Amino acid sequence: MPDLLLELRSEEIPARMQRRAADDLRKLVTDALVERGFLYEGAKAFSTPRRLALHVAGLPPRGKDVREERKGPRVGAPDGAIQGFLKSAGLTSLDQASTVTDPKKGEFYVAVIERPGRDTIDVLAEILPAIIKSFPWPKSMRWGAASTQPGSLRWVRPLQSIVATFGPETETPEIVPFSIDGIAAGTTTYGHRFLAPNAIEVRRFADYVQSLERARVVLDPERRKDIILHDARDLAFARGLELVEDEGLLDEVAGLVEWPVVLLGTFDPSFLDIPAEAIRATIRANQKCFVLRESGSDTLAPAFILVSNLISSDGGMAITGGNERVVRARLSDAKFFWETDKAIKLEDRLPKLDTIVFHEKLGTQGERVARIASLARGIASAIGADVQLASRGAQLAKADLVTEMVGEFPELQGLMGRKYAALQGEHPSVCAAVEEHYKPVGPSDRVPADPVSIAVALADKFDTLAGFWSIDEKPTGSKDPYALRRAALGVVRLILENGLRLNLREDVLEDAFYVQKNRHVVVMSFSGDDDRDRAALENHGSLDNPLPGDLLAFFADRLKVYLRDQGARHDLIDAVFALPGQDDLLMVVRRVEALGQFLETDDGKNLLAGYKRAANILRIEEKKDGRSYEAEPDRAAIAASGEPEEQALSQALVAARDSASTAVMAEDFSGAMRALSTLRAPVDAFFETVIVNADDPALRENRLALLNALRAATREVADFSKIEG
Amino acid sequence: MSSAQALPSAVDLAPRTSFQGLILTLQNFWAAQGCVILQPYDMEVGAGTFHPATTLRALGPKPWKAAYVQPSRRPKDGRYGENPNRLQHYYQFQVILKPNPPNLQELYLASLDAIGVDLKLHDIRFVEDDWESPTLGAWGLGWECWCDGMEVSQFTYFQQVAGIECAPVAGELTYGLERLAMYVQGVENVYDLNFNGGEGDAKVTYGDVFLQAEQEYSRHNFEAADTAMLFRQFTDAEKACRSYLDAGEPAAAANDARHRMAQPAYDQCIKASHVFNLLDARGVISVTERQSYILRVRELAKACGAAWLRTEGGGAA
Repeated sequence: MPDLLLELRSEEIPARMQRRAADDLRKLVTDALVERGFLYEGAKAFSTPRRLALHVAGLPPRGKDVREERKGPRVGAPDGAIQGFLKSAGLTSLDQASTVTDPKKGEFYVAVIERPGRDTIDVLAEILPAIIKSFPWPKSMRWGAASTQPGSLRWVRPLQSIVATFGPETETPEIVPFSIDGIAAGTTTYGHRFLAPNAIEVRRFADYVQSLERARVVLDPERRKDIILHDARDLAFARGLELVEDEGLLDEVAGLVEWPVVLLGTFDPSFLDIPAEAIRATIRANQKCFVLRESGSDTLAPAFILVSNLISSDGGMAITGGNERVVRARLSDAKFFWETDKAIKLEDRLPKLDTIVFHEKLGTQGERVARIASLARGIASAIGADVQLASRGAQLAKADLVTEMVGEFPELQGLMGRKYAALQGEHPSVCAAVEEHYKPVGPSDRVPADPVSIAVALADKFDTLAGFWSIDEKPTGSKDPYALRRAALGVVRLILENGLRLNLREDVLEDAFYVQKNRHVVVMSFSGDDDRDRAALENHGSLDNPLPGDLLAFFADRLKVYLRDQGARHDLIDAVFALPGQDDLLMVVRRVEALGQFLETDDGKNLLAGYKRAANILRIEEKKDGRSYEAEPDRAAIAASGEPEEQALSQALVAARDSASTAVMAEDFSGAMRALSTLRAPVDAFFETVIVNADDPALRENRLALLNALRAATREVADFSKIEG
Repeated sequence: MSSAQALPSAVDLAPRTSFQGLILTLQNFWAAQGCVILQPYDMEVGAGTFHPATTLRALGPKPWKAAYVQPSRRPKDGRYGENPNRLQHYYQFQVILKPNPPNLQELYLASLDAIGVDLKLHDIRFVEDDWESPTLGAWGLGWECWCDGMEVSQFTYFQQVAGIECAPVAGELTYGLERLAMYVQGVENVYDLNFNGGEGDAKVTYGDVFLQAEQEYSRHNFEAADTAMLFRQFTDAEKACRSYLDAGEPAAAANDARHRMAQPAYDQCIKASHVFNLLDARGVISVTERQSYILRVRELAKACGAAWLRTEGGGAA
């Protein structure tokens, strides 16, 4: 079976785009083939800084013959219909069609269209240029003299050559005949820019890979990564050091070289005074080098690993020396930032935050800090954290944004703040809060446990959510530019993983939203004194600012996602959220757990079945009668003249509902479930013997009301109608 | 031969030994490629791109090849002469080729070879860097060119300038001359660069030429620049740019629709841009205002670019 080899050689492709581009190339070509009925055995795509390559193995030499019968109009149909049929079937006259007799429809025309399978190579010659011309690069460009022509080829950087061959292993493959903007597909490519400057001829994938390897190009990015990782570990080990591994950097570096050569450079140990994270950040971000640590310890070593693209005649001396000089200059800068930053106290930086716009409609970072501090104090008192420390932590939390170090390395925000806070002798909880208030930044990030950190972290997220909600910038579909889903998930995790009791509505959101809605007042009056601020708000602000219900629903959604990831049943979460006033996330979760356990038991399953039966009957009868049966049943009548099972259920319902309600009040959800479980036997017995739709209308009405009482009793713990199964 | 012998024997104009030798070598290299070798534009600019030989000539259909040194001023980067790597005034060597030749990368590498970067010994890399100039309404795709981990040049395929699509696309190379010279000369501090290639008493360093200027201009940029005057100058330049654009419009009755004053108008755009940089360095422009100043300069650049397209140089018949 023949194979396709495709190589698109260009000027240097940005490292971050290579992997995705290779995937896209494979998918686009194989999808186009499959769509046209060409199946293949395997396909793999590769990328280097200067090429995308694709190997599709086991394609048929030609497509299958296709025979299609197309039904036409009946014999004697109007000429317009006949002509239309001939045209669509590609026939010139009716002689080329046959007629078929159908017992129902009579005699009608049929065209038999036979299409011989096309040669695969011809199909490729159509597919490939179309894919190349519309390739989904995140950013593409025009170049050269051709760029004056409308519709000229766009590529990520200028495309230099195309190799496209097709054929079986045993024969010389053919060139897939196409050309784009003057670049004709052929068999010529080039290896490493410096180490093998001559043209190379390739035929098929196997010799292509070998030829490239001889020309100092490792085609497979995974192999380049392996080489870098192993050589880096070995080189470090030989010096008694360990590589600080970094998957993202490894990916990027593998996309910057065709022939990885790993070298080790050193720097002056005096630079190790700079925080390790800053050293790593500068060496990583600016130089794309790996840092090293002393074997078996967390201490950075004054050395780094660089990955060059060249085997040089001096064994890499000049390259290492050059990189060492640049690293030295970078570390000098970092040291300067560190020393400069230390000279200014964090609180003295706060006025500068007033000049930084957080969001056009949400004011400055300074205003934001004031809001977060105010919220943090409220939350701290609600969760039993030290109010003063939370307030201080919130006040300093954003100060490092205006330090030199964070200006240079934004990814060090929080961390540098913590270091500067510690240096100026802040309380350890304040220092921790400064760093941890950003956390958790994702589903797998650590959740802070220090109550002060928790209060500030929650305040930060609530302010963000309430703020963007108040200006109607909510996430839609896949768009969530302000990472509001992440913020809400952060809230969920902070609350649940720390077992916090917090009524979202009363304790936080109303305040947060209120402050957002009255932003202009807070700005002019913020004093740090809650009573005074509140008074100012009441004097100047608008009091009519209901909390939007969809903000609570947004939390409910995030909680669902979170619980679903933990394996909780989606329907049980809905069943609990359907009850009014569910804004204490911890209690929601406890209730969902208890409900889940209950429904695992026989009592639970049967009660649910009984509930469904009752609900069904009620739904049908209520619809039939055009009224609801939500009134309490006449228990006296039941006691006086009801059947024994009916009496038993009536009594059981009163008792179960009371004790379920009491248990729920006491937050004993298992107890509430146990109370409900006492209903199982009476419910079963009731359905066994009692006819709900009795002939006597009064009796029927009372029995329906009894079923409604069952529905009401279960609502003490959850809305059973949302439960599946 | 006789003129070379007339030089003092201690002077060596190899790029490895003198800053000016590096410049001369690059000029000769690009002259041999058919570039016109221009002199610096006689106005204060933030980068070689501002030179009308790049900004304006990148627009329109006419082929264009030029190379020149451009003194570039970045008032905010002043460090009072105390930082070995940062300057508020430095030299860029700028090459602009329209349309870009298909072998522009090879030409660039050959130019490195010409100034003494041995490509068998040094690790040259093209690292993604998408260039954008918000004030010029310009962007392009290209790379930072790295030599052993140090950025020594910018390489850009212009896609848009003054908000106008480039057709054809021009290739722009910008060499950071001081950095490159430091690399080639093996010097750690910019002020230690050998400027003239002399040795002993005949040696003139970069510091001899520019250290005092760095100190003085840092003071000026951060402490003394007259902000009231600068604000006035910004508004004046903006107004002048508009009025020159208006004045350059052909008379209503004229049968020639070409614009007649695009370049003087563009000078005022350059002026506004530099004045803005000075105000920014003085810290008197807030974050929100900053954006609006940039937009104002961009509007000027766009109007000048559009006018240029209506001149002979811009390809208007």
